[in-house]
Amino acid sequence: MAILIEEIHLPQIGDEQLKLLERLSNACAVSGDEGEVRKIVLEEVRPHADEVKVDALGNVMATKHGSGERPLRVMLAAHMDEVGLMVTYDVGDGIYRFDTVGGVSTSDLPAKAIWVGKDHIPGVIGLKPLHLGNSDEHKKPVDLDDLRIDVGPVSGKVKVGDRATFATVFIRQGPSLRGKALDNRLGVATLIELVKHAPPQIELQAAFTVQEEIASRGARVAAFSFNPDMAIILDSTPAYDLPVWDVDENVRYNSRLGAGPAIYVADSGTLYDPRLVRYLIETAEAHGIPYQIRQPGGGGTDAGVIHKQRIGVPSVSVSVPGRYHHSPAAIVRLSDWQHTMDLVATALFYLTPKILDGER
Amino acid sequence: MKSLIQKLVETPGPSGYEAQIRSVVRAEIEPYADELQVDALGNLIARKGKGGAGGIKIMLAAHIDEIGVMVTQVDEKGFVRFTTLGGVRPYTCVSGRVRFLNGTSGVIFMEPLDDMTKVPTFEQLYIDLGLSGNQDAPVKVGDVAVFERPFLDLGERLVAKSMDDRIGAAVLVETLRLIKDTPHQLFFVFSTQEEVGLRGATTAAFGIDPDLGLSVDVTGSGDTPRRTKVRMEVSLGKGPAIKVRDGGMLADRRVVDWMIRGAEKLGLPYQMEILEGGTTDARAMQLTRAGVPAGCLSIPTRYIHSPSEMVDFNDVQQAVQLLVELVSHPVKL
Repeated sequence: MAILIEEIHLPQIGDEQLKLLERLSNACAVSGDEGEVRKIVLEEVRPHADEVKVDALGNVMATKHGSGERPLRVMLAAHMDEVGLMVTYDVGDGIYRFDTVGGVSTSDLPAKAIWVGKDHIPGVIGLKPLHLGNSDEHKKPVDLDDLRIDVGPVSGKVKVGDRATFATVFIRQGPSLRGKALDNRLGVATLIELVKHAPPQIELQAAFTVQEEIASRGARVAAFSFNPDMAIILDSTPAYDLPVWDVDENVRYNSRLGAGPAIYVADSGTLYDPRLVRYLIETAEAHGIPYQIRQPGGGGTDAGVIHKQRIGVPSVSVSVPGRYHHSPAAIVRLSDWQHTMDLVATALFYLTPKILDGER
Repeated sequence: MKSLIQKLVETPGPSGYEAQIRSVVRAEIEPYADELQVDALGNLIARKGKGGAGGIKIMLAAHIDEIGVMVTQVDEKGFVRFTTLGGVRPYTCVSGRVRFLNGTSGVIFMEPLDDMTKVPTFEQLYIDLGLSGNQDAPVKVGDVAVFERPFLDLGERLVAKSMDDRIGAAVLVETLRLIKDTPHQLFFVFSTQEEVGLRGATTAAFGIDPDLGLSVDVTGSGDTPRRTKVRMEVSLGKGPAIKVRDGGMLADRRVVDWMIRGAEKLGLPYQMEILEGGTTDARAMQLTRAGVPAGCLSIPTRYIHSPSEMVDFNDVQQAVQLLVELVSHPVKL
């Protein structure tokens, strides 16, 4: 449902959008195996986009044409994949060795409940038994070699190559949302809404990308194919904003919950185009939308490969802040998601080719 | 040429924020270029020569960005935490001075360490702007600064921050000024964001699609005290260096030979260069589209990525002479 504010139809987050996010969060789509999320995305955007295709890598590329002779080509990217695990060796008896896919910390793994394969077979990650009574073993960091996936003797259901994710069921808790893969199902859900409410004057090139978590492989080819004039990347960024107990002030929070969409100035892969950063900040301030500047340095988004495609693409990234990304459950504030949606939708509504006037 | 070099090294232009240095360069080359454009990543591209029979497309690249720092946090007391743009090292920062693009100046220092004989990490460094608190702080998260140190003319040797790669930019500006005739289509690219991963050159090379790529950048030298671990033949004052390989590129053998022939024809001194670490825009050019024969003309430099980089002025002038010679005649690879 959209609410009319002046002439803008700002997408509102209601039950429908929360249900969509729930489906997306509960779906299992580890890098390289994004089918479950792709299916949902295609169902949602097909009725609204002018053109939809799935490219060789599995990116969903949806276009909403713009009016006029040469509308501004705006690529919006949101990655469909999540970090997870891959089964590598059948030890027998329902026990498997595995590897991580994307940035998963091994210390997040022991004793976690997981779902394996496209049938979401429930399993547990077990730690090889430590020698009883030897306290030194407990102090070592957890090694992938000491961990096993245990699904019990369900013969034939799990194969080498199957992906696995944390077995976290999405819930809403008052002002917060908790689920797995909110990095980047939030971006996917946001982009779906933006396709449904695309403003008429721009050529909206929506790329639901694959394999971002393993170095943005999908976005690279999607950007080459779309050949846009500019790009806005929707992702999630960590909030390390719990109080730090041993020093006076937390100066490395990256982003904060409740402070609104996090606009990127710089990360390890991209120095964002100052014209686009300025435009987002001015849009937020003109419309009273809260925002924050994500702390520069570290991390990266699909922008890292998109801005270097062909002759270069002016780019900016915007993220919903979240605590505990890449772990079994992340926490985000509903208000941050709504404000992120407001900011990008408003920015697109007022976007003209003038944004690229002048030199970067 | 010394005043050109001074003007270029003293103009700020950290990676990603090259507008000021770009307009200084533009003012220098405008009278000499056939065509000028600025692309999506801020590269300044000047074309000289129409090409035609016997000519090829040559891309010459020198990067106008320099290493710098970016604010990550202004704390309650007004001390500024920062992240780096490009290969900055903590030991070149402590007690150094920085200047932000908005003119604010500050000092970098470090928290007291448990072991004061060790090198601090970046998390232990901060910028002191001399404030009494963070009300009305003159800088905010995302603002950028460069290291501040004036140009020093020691006669034969010149010292400044950002010799990397304003000295290369100076060589390109002078070359463009001095060329009388060329059979080629020359693209002088004053590239951006080299220090963070050759990003400007990547997209500029895609757009130009050259037949040959040559970068002009600094390289290290092996002529300072006690260099026992990593030996390097290259020395200041022995002529410009012809790069054979570095950490990211094996120069095209034909390009290396072409450069040697040019130097020998003019009787110029030159050195063969192998750099164990680091790379240049030439790597990006080499890997563009279906591939480009590429090489690099290097200016031997001491103390790279410190606020006091040192070059030999004769090496620089000889590099200009060599480059003018190379691009003024047909190329036979």
